[in-house]
Amino acid sequence: MGRRAPDGGVIFTFTLDNYIRLLGLQPDCLNPLACFDPLYVSILWRSLTLAFNTTLIVILMAYPLAYFIARAPQKRRNTYLFLVLVPLWTNFVIRVYAWMMLLRTQGAINGVLGWLAGLFGMPFTPLEMLYTPGAVLVGMVYEFLPFMILPIYTSLEKIDPSLYEAAADLGANALKTFWRVTLPLSMPGVVAGTILVFIPVMGTFVVSDLLGGKQVILVGNLIQRQFLDARDPTFGSAASLVLMVLTLIVTVFYTRKFGFGKEIVVG
Amino acid sequence: MSEYAVELRNVVKTFVTPEGSTINAVDHVDMQIRHGEFFSMLGSSGCGKTTSLRMIAGFEWPTRGEVFIDGEPQGHRPPFQRKVNTVFQSYALFQHMTVFENVAFGLQMDKVPAEEIKRRVGEALAMVKLTGLEKRYPRQLSGGQQQRVALARALVKRPKVLLLDEPLGALDLKLRKEMQLELKTLQREVGITFVFVTHDQEEALSMSDRIAVMSHGKVMQIGTPVEIYERPRNKFVADFIGETNLLDGTVRAVQDKWLMVFVPALQAEVRALNNGEFRAGQQVSLSIRPEKIRLVEKPSECVNCFPAQVRQVAYIGADTRVIAQVIQSTLRVWEQNMVSTLDPDAYFQQNEQAWAVLPPENLLALPVD
Ligand SMILES: Nc1ncnc2c1ncn2[C@@H]1O[C@H](COP(=O)(O)OP(=O)(O)O)[C@@H](O)[C@H]1O
Ligand SMILES: [Mg+2]
Repeated sequence: MGRRAPDGGVIFTFTLDNYIRLLGLQPDCLNPLACFDPLYVSILWRSLTLAFNTTLIVILMAYPLAYFIARAPQKRRNTYLFLVLVPLWTNFVIRVYAWMMLLRTQGAINGVLGWLAGLFGMPFTPLEMLYTPGAVLVGMVYEFLPFMILPIYTSLEKIDPSLYEAAADLGANALKTFWRVTLPLSMPGVVAGTILVFIPVMGTFVVSDLLGGKQVILVGNLIQRQFLDARDPTFGSAASLVLMVLTLIVTVFYTRKFGFGKEIVVG
Repeated sequence: MSEYAVELRNVVKTFVTPEGSTINAVDHVDMQIRHGEFFSMLGSSGCGKTTSLRMIAGFEWPTRGEVFIDGEPQGHRPPFQRKVNTVFQSYALFQHMTVFENVAFGLQMDKVPAEEIKRRVGEALAMVKLTGLEKRYPRQLSGGQQQRVALARALVKRPKVLLLDEPLGALDLKLRKEMQLELKTLQREVGITFVFVTHDQEEALSMSDRIAVMSHGKVMQIGTPVEIYERPRNKFVADFIGETNLLDGTVRAVQDKWLMVFVPALQAEVRALNNGEFRAGQQVSLSIRPEKIRLVEKPSECVNCFPAQVRQVAYIGADTRVIAQVIQSTLRVWEQNMVSTLDPDAYFQQNEQAWAVLPPENLLALPVD
């Protein structure tokens, strides 16, 4: 709520100009169709779809892993959980840099592919992987996978094994037991993980900055730039508020649908 | 229909313990359970009851031997292909499903049409007196009600055999007694074979048609409650079921129905029941239940009667429980309080002299292991 002063300071006055700009309109433009600029709306939309896709992929990858760990012998479980957590010991930014090394045109992945192609005598042009939406997605999935594995593992591990036996006893094979018993009882873990992943992905800017470059600008990057580069904190604040409200709406809608804190006592 | 609902033939189950040694949780067990029978496995904790039950259900496979259900060998058949259902000790209800959904689950797995599911679930819930609670979740029910849901969930599938692993173990005493009666009535009504696991001998005696007494993975005796109590076949069963006095001795003579046994602790020869297994010269243990010894001031007829001194007296209402020194042995004697009186002379007092009568027909000769 305020306006940017010519010197970069803030004039404190009530105005909705910044929100109008975010919607892609000019405050003093009389014909909305003529001066509509989809830039910010598309950034918001991109952030939303990326967060959605990341969360979905993370769930699909984390669930089998968590299931595997929860079903492993007690002694092995700790080792597996340790392996899940190890990457978190290094700095977030360093891990993203590692992906840059892997995805670069002269990076490790292209190196291996080139070598393989050479082995079979095939022509090879290095793939352009870095600075693409795909790279950002890969980075996001990688960064946030542990935050999904842990809550799902916890909820799976809490399920009383006699429930599996009861299901089998009543005529359910392994697949039916999974759909009717295991999955519903582990939903609290999936919901918690979704919240732990979706919200930070919506707001992050490091991954998209480093792996997406100028190609993938998210609302996080937009906000960061308003504060640090463009020196327009009022517009940045407006964008933050929109991000918050958007995240809140999605989260509330989601938890209404799948339940959160709906206590499931197992056993 | 085969002769037996369930049969265990020479079944062994060996586990490797976490310490690395092996243990025969079930050790060469033979059991034949008849159709429509209320059959109990009774034994103290760790004797292999649960493991036996789990092998019938299909959660474990025998290391050796074979389990038959309705005459068919089960081999490595998984639980969902067996015609038995289990009531778990922890109930194992699905917490994310309502009572209706819990009970309907097994029928849905069998692809029973929705209309029929509705009808049968209704019937099953009526049977266990839970009508009206269909929409509740298990956590909104009391322990006793949860127990009934577990029962309805298993019964609704109309299994050949219902397996129950200490189903009443988690209930308080009063509810437990009520459920014992209800279970027994229910079993008669539905006519399904019940295999019931318990460590509570009163429960087993009062509910069962037949009982298998187990110890360390072995079956010690199978019989009706009366047989198990009145004619135990070994010292373990005699001692485990109820209470008993054991006297060691040597068979001196066999006189058709009777054995003459010299008992050093009584410094005398006593007359005991001959079950046909013993010969002169053999060592035996004589077992006599505390309530089957008579303590009198003056014996009228005198077979097996010995002077006794009252050492301890405990009045417990229905009986007066006496510990008596009889020659060199100490015997527990329970005298029923037949007459209602406050007169102290009607009851035995400490250090009182009396006669202990051990009626020969109550003295059972058992092998000395
Ligand atoms: N999965 C297992 N692994 C190792 N030992 C077991 C296992 N299950 C049972 N046992 C052992 O087998 C014996 C019998 O157990 P169980 O059948 O549960 O007895 P009960 O039900 O009569 O108390 C016990 O000594 C127990 O420790
Ligand atoms: Mg047990």
